[in-house]
Amino acid sequence: MAKPGLDGHDRGAKVIAYLLKDIGMDVIYTGLHKNVEEIVAAALQEDVDVIGLSILTGAHIPITEKLIKQLKEAGAEGIVVTVGGVIPSRDLAKLESLGVKAVFPGGTSFDEITRFFKEELPTLRQAI
Amino acid sequence: MSGAKYIKDGEEIKEAILESGIKVKTIYTPEDVAHIDYARDLGNPGEFPYTRGIHPEMFRKRPWTTRQYSGFGSPRETNERFKYLISHGQTGLNVAFDLPTQLGLDSDDPRSEGEVGRVGMAVDTLRDFEIAFEGIKMDKIGSGLTINAVASIMLAMYQAVAEKYGFPLDRISATPQNDILKEMVGRGMWIFPVDHSIQLIGDTIEYSCKAMPRTYPVSICGYHIRESGADPVQEISYAFEIAITYIDHVLERGLDIDDFVGRLSFNLDIYGNLFEQIAKFRAARRLWAKTIKERYGAKDPRSMQFRMLAGGGGAGLTKQQPENNIVRGAYYALISALSGTQTMAICSYDEAYTIPTPKAALISLMTSHILLEEMGLRDTVDPLGGSYYVESLTDQMEKKIVEEMRKVEEIGGMASAVASGYVQREVAKLAYQQEKAIQDGTLIKVGVNKYIVEEDEKEVELHEYDSTALDEQVKRLNEVKRTRDSKAVAGALKALEDAARAKKNVMPYLVDAVKTYATVGEMTSVFKEVYGEYKEPSIF
Repeated sequence: MAKPGLDGHDRGAKVIAYLLKDIGMDVIYTGLHKNVEEIVAAALQEDVDVIGLSILTGAHIPITEKLIKQLKEAGAEGIVVTVGGVIPSRDLAKLESLGVKAVFPGGTSFDEITRFFKEELPTLRQAI
Repeated sequence: MSGAKYIKDGEEIKEAILESGIKVKTIYTPEDVAHIDYARDLGNPGEFPYTRGIHPEMFRKRPWTTRQYSGFGSPRETNERFKYLISHGQTGLNVAFDLPTQLGLDSDDPRSEGEVGRVGMAVDTLRDFEIAFEGIKMDKIGSGLTINAVASIMLAMYQAVAEKYGFPLDRISATPQNDILKEMVGRGMWIFPVDHSIQLIGDTIEYSCKAMPRTYPVSICGYHIRESGADPVQEISYAFEIAITYIDHVLERGLDIDDFVGRLSFNLDIYGNLFEQIAKFRAARRLWAKTIKERYGAKDPRSMQFRMLAGGGGAGLTKQQPENNIVRGAYYALISALSGTQTMAICSYDEAYTIPTPKAALISLMTSHILLEEMGLRDTVDPLGGSYYVESLTDQMEKKIVEEMRKVEEIGGMASAVASGYVQREVAKLAYQQEKAIQDGTLIKVGVNKYIVEEDEKEVELHEYDSTALDEQVKRLNEVKRTRDSKAVAGALKALEDAARAKKNVMPYLVDAVKTYATVGEMTSVFKEVYGEYKEPSIF
């Protein structure tokens, strides 16, 4: 779970981290004020399967684009990227075209998030 | 979110349990308040323990201050917004700063990219304050400054700009938020480690009581802790434990409790069950008075008076059917008024999905005017005082707050509880449980999980980022850097560093540095060099 940029509102990131722990995943939270380089480094060091970006500032497209580019450069394109936060629906297609596997805008139900991690994620990981 | 949990038999409520865990009875009678001694436990308004209010005449003499949050992009726009709100009867200013400023980064710092002027005013040097406060009667109107990690720097700027415009320092009144421990629990605008951050707050308290006696140097925020997930009892307990941490620190410097404690104020949240919040505020007022008198031996009655901004309510608002938030805002304002607040600021109805539009901010301001002018909220003090229910609930809330405070004190007080992540974990866990309760329908939120109305999808209107503001800001910063006396700047920064290393009060050195037009980033770098930076504890 990663919180890129200067924004300090991480209630959503923490709530989802608890949910994922509840459904049996190991969760590492980067903490606040991280730039993309730091997030990629943490993901590689911890050998994570998924990065969840929590972005509320409106800068989700440039940040995600940068993150995915850096993952590729590091040879870590196998890490699945998901994005949550304040995401207008007009941006969903753009995020998917960048390679984001799931977007969870504010108000997404726990059931939907759980389904992605329990059902879709294992097949995504196998495909890699 | 908010509200009580209900156990029902069909439509009949069998049990109602408040967020604080208190079970509400079907009726309350004189028996529930038989143990209450009027003089000892309530007192008249303006009398110890101030349960009914801190002034004898409250709103009859002076209505609460209304202070809508504002501060946009550039200092010039902020100045225009100030003048607009003042012309509509606003009686206090409330300044929002952008994230780079809150984190001590200059507008030309690479880490500031995309954030300059986005959620508030960008401040790099004193020049920005000169523009923002131009033509504002600083001796007549006070300013809340929503700034924490670099509050000491902004307070120095406030002093410098007041001097520049000729206002005597004993007439100006600033209320910097300046509560770093709550930033570490929620909101996240921290820079320096816990101990050094507390030391900086100590410096501002010690300095301002002498240099700017009308300043309220710290506004302790239960608000953001509650917005991060805490229940109303935790909100008050954690805020009190934070206050105790700052007080104990300042007392170690040799100040007397009565020298400064009356200048501490509180910023608290108003969403949730109406009666529970009102009882929360009344209980807080009584417990604060007792704590300051009994624990600290204060003698001055003003030291024991609990001053608050009861406002906001953002966590209670919904993105769904946003107009419903106008109604929620009105009830929240009623809570604030019935609780005997000093200052009111209500979240605007569109805040769940955007930065408030001028129209929405105006509706919030008018909500407060309607209560004052049409609804009779000024007529009598503490109209709910003596209610069997409210008095009984006030009592129970006070007991629960004391219990929760004890838990924090058992693990060494708030500085340790935050450094270890204890408080962050408690609050995040509760946020998760609340969200789960809304998702499974145990907690009802109108328009979200009940009475859902099909509506056109409300597209999130993200505040369009205006890059011309950035250009203008950086241009001004460069202009200031080019024309300032760079020797004077270097000298002032060196003196600041020496003072910080010697653990002297840094405020006079900050004022000197600010006046040489040293940047916020330069002054923050000095502190980072001397103090280091905060590392978040892991809570998972």
